[in-house]
Parts: sequence; C-alpha cells; structure tokens
Amino acid sequence: MSLTTTFIPKRSRSRSVLPGFGLSMGFTIFYLSVIVLIPLAALVIRPWSAGFDGFWRVATDHRVLAALRLSFGAAAIGAGINAVFGPIVAWVLIRYRFPGKRLLDALVDLPFALPTAVAGIALSALYAPNGWLGEPLSRLGIKVAYTPLGVVVALTFIGLPFVVRTIQPVLADLSQEAEEAAATLGATRLQTIGRVVLPMLLPSLITGTTLAFARAVGEYGSVIFIAGNLPAISEIAPLLIVIKLEQFDYAGAATIGVIMLAAAFVIILALNLLQNWAASRR
Amino acid sequence: MRLLLCAVAVGFIGLFLLLPLAAVFTQALKQGLSVALAAISEPDAVAAIRLTLLVAAIAVPLNAAFGIAASWAIAKFDFWGKGILSTLIDLPFSVSPVVSGLIYVLIFGLQGWFGPELRDHGIKIIFALPGIVLATMFVTFPFVARELIPLMTDQGRAEEEAAATLGASGFQTFFRVTLPNIKWGLLYGVLLCNARAMGEFGAVSVVSGHIRGLTNTMPLHVEVLYNDYQFVGAFAVASLLALLAIVTLTFKSFLEWRYADEIAAVHHH
Repeated sequence: MSLTTTFIPKRSRSRSVLPGFGLSMGFTIFYLSVIVLIPLAALVIRPWSAGFDGFWRVATDHRVLAALRLSFGAAAIGAGINAVFGPIVAWVLIRYRFPGKRLLDALVDLPFALPTAVAGIALSALYAPNGWLGEPLSRLGIKVAYTPLGVVVALTFIGLPFVVRTIQPVLADLSQEAEEAAATLGATRLQTIGRVVLPMLLPSLITGTTLAFARAVGEYGSVIFIAGNLPAISEIAPLLIVIKLEQFDYAGAATIGVIMLAAAFVIILALNLLQNWAASRR
Repeated sequence: MRLLLCAVAVGFIGLFLLLPLAAVFTQALKQGLSVALAAISEPDAVAAIRLTLLVAAIAVPLNAAFGIAASWAIAKFDFWGKGILSTLIDLPFSVSPVVSGLIYVLIFGLQGWFGPELRDHGIKIIFALPGIVLATMFVTFPFVARELIPLMTDQGRAEEEAAATLGASGFQTFFRVTLPNIKWGLLYGVLLCNARAMGEFGAVSVVSGHIRGLTNTMPLHVEVLYNDYQFVGAFAVASLLALLAIVTLTFKSFLEWRYADEIAAVHHH
C-alpha cells in the first residue's frame, strides 16, 4: 500500500522501543482501504458515467428532491424534539435519585442496541390505526403511521441516546458552585438554568443534536415500516436508493448515495469546527 | 419542579423507548407461547438464526483484530496523520446503512466493477454470504477501535516500554502487559460490535437479495414475514433480537458499573 509511506513515525524526535509499528500500521491501512476507502471511492466515481448532466438530472428529479427533503426535514425535526427532551432526561438522570434510575439510564441506550428492523415493526404496530397509540390518536384526528409524521417518530426514537449521552458527562462534571453563586446573588431557579447552566451545556447540546441529526438522515430500518413509503410523500432517500438498485439503475442509486455522503462529510466537518470552538471557549 | 422534570423524563422514555419494546413481546405472544415458539423453530427461521450467528462469527473477530492493531499503532507511536487516520476509522458511523451496502453492489454487483469477471468465474459475492459479511464488517468497523484508542492512549506506553527494556518480545509484551490492561475495554467494544453485527438491517438488506432460508439474516427474516402479514412470526423472531438487545444492555451496564475505570477515560455513547 502506497499509503503506508505517508504514516512514518517521527523517528527524529524519539525512536520508540516498542515493536510492531510496521505490522499494526500495515494491517490498519490495508484493512481500512479494502473495507472502507476503496468501496467509498467506487461510490464517488459511479454517478458521473453520464457526465455532470446525468448527475444533475437525477439529483433534481422531483421524486429524489422530495425524498431528500423528507429525510433531512424529518431528521431535523426529530433532532429538535430530542434537543428539548434529551437535556431533561440527562438532567433527571444526573441530578436526581429515585427508584428505577439505573434501569431508566440503561434504557436510554435501547435505540443503539435494538436492531432497527425490530424498532420499525414495533413503532408501526404501536402507531397503526388499531395500535395502542394509533387508536386514541386517530380518534383525535391525528394519523401517525404511514405519514411523514411516522418518519419523525422513528427518527426521534433513533436519535435520543446521542443527545442524552453527549450531555450526560458534561452535566456530571458541571460544578454546582456556579449555580449556588447565582442563587446567592438572587437569581431565580429559571434564571440560573437559562443564564448559567444552559450556556455551559450548549456545546454538548449542539454536538449531540448534530449527531442525532446525522444518524437520522441516513436511517432506513426503523423508518420504512412506519412510513408507508408513498413516492414523493413519505418516501425517504435511503429507500429510493434501494428502489433504484432493484431497477438496476446503479448510477441513479450512486447519485443519491453521493449526495448523502457529501452531507455526512459536511456534518463531520461542522462537528470538528464545533469541538475546536468549544475547546477555545474553555 | 423536580417532580415535573422527573415525570417528563420518565414519560418521554416510557413513550418512545419502553412502549415499543413492550409491543414487540406482546405482539409475539398474542396467540400464545407455543405459536411464537413454533414461528422461531420453523426451517427458514432456523436458517436465518444460523446465518446471523455465522456472519457475526466472521465479522466481529476480524473487526476486533483490526481494532487492536489500529489502537496499538495510534496509541503507542507518534506519526504524522494520526488525526486523519482516526477520522477515517470513524467514517463508517457517518455513512447511511443503505449506502454501506450500495458501495459493495457497485463493486461486486452484476453491473459493478468486477461484476462480469465474477460471473464468468461463477463467484457470487452480492446476494450471497461474502457480500453480507462485507456489509456487516463495514457498519461495525469502528466499534472496537473507537473503544480501544482512547483507552490505550490514556494508559500510555510506560508499562510496555518497561517490558520491552526487560527483554520481552513484542508478542510477550502484548499478551502479558497490554491485553490484561485492555481486556474489559475490548470486551465492551466486542459486545457493542456484536449487537450491531447481528442486528444490522439496511446494509445487509441491500446486498442479501432476500432469498428465504439462504441469504436472509434474522432482521431480514423479520421484514419478509412482516411484509407477508405473518405478524406473529415476525414479532416472534423480532423478540429474539429484542432479547439480544436487552442482554447486551444489561451486560454493558454491568461493565460500565463494575469496570468503569478500565473501560475508557473518555465516556462513550
């Protein structure tokens, strides 16, 4: 691998006495290239077989645009819901003691551990017109399953742990002295939270919400069962990739794939900038 | 205030997390335990369970070996490009599961890079076991590495350097010094890697072809049954996967509680 030569130990500074750099680095670069980098390169190359026009035609197709809008829009709403409730959950788990707290804490990770297809059929059974939640909601005239609202529900489910788990350690490290000082100086509890606690939590809240958004944009398994998958209405972008693949439209599938990959890169970049900003604030 | 916040938190988790979990088991047991058991012991379900175990048995050890190699290189040596390498290792987490499957179809599929050559030699990768394993390896790629890199960086190099100075070989150093230090972190990473490997749906769905009894993993079998309106069967297989998730979470909480200091300095999500 030519890449190996790029990663040379800084021998000039100090020569490590430990063995195995060549072996471990060689295996790392080889495995990373074979499993991740070369296949991703195959994706990036593919859409241009019909030139930029071909790419643009697929990217601006009515159905593709609608699917992208739904995936990004519903992911943003889901992340927004988690940005409100996630901090409350984190706060309760860190600050209060109550029976069943450990169970509640472990349960937060459920969306990480539960296979997405299982989450998908469970959510659609719950929110279907005859389901536990779907029936009372439909009497109120609210349809969740098989509508874009169902997509939002699934993406909220999938994103919750990202927000809670990012905020939790920051909240745990937060000294209560600042809050006590604010209270001593006459601030009400709400003022203390708004002016003291929230600003300190802000970087982790934005990071967690961004992570939840990033995960939700590409989510597939938990969504397709509850979405109903009506073209241009409740059809998400990853599903459209699958549909194009089934029609052997590889270039079309790759075009949507590249757009989603580009979005992922933008998010990674934004998170890195965010971390630098948070570090400089400290 | 306090009571209100607790109620909101418990209500939100109950509504969004506990209720779906309860729904899986309730739906599975709707027609009694024997019907559910029959659904998970019919041949296609057994084949799906076997395939899922096989795929995890291949993908997880390979990713664990990669995780150890990558964290050894990154934590124990200084070199240019370390930040880039770490970012690249985390990359699969940011890629949509469907795209993770798509990339292998673009390479090995009938109209992919090597499609025609593979067909001429009678080698099947897409719609067969190798494709499913590759897609699973991609989505679970970072789990062990991302767990071990911060842990081993935090532990430093002094102990290994002492061992090496005293004349231990590379493998002796690794097995006698490093491995005992990272074993709980490694187990933690493997646990999460395995849960995702057995439960992966999107990526595997793209490369599997959904051939009943042949290329259907458990999550895919759940989908096939559900789309066939065999709801009890679908939820019965789903409840096996839900049990796996519960066991994983229990074990994970135990490790976090018992070996908190030996898992990772930087806390994970």
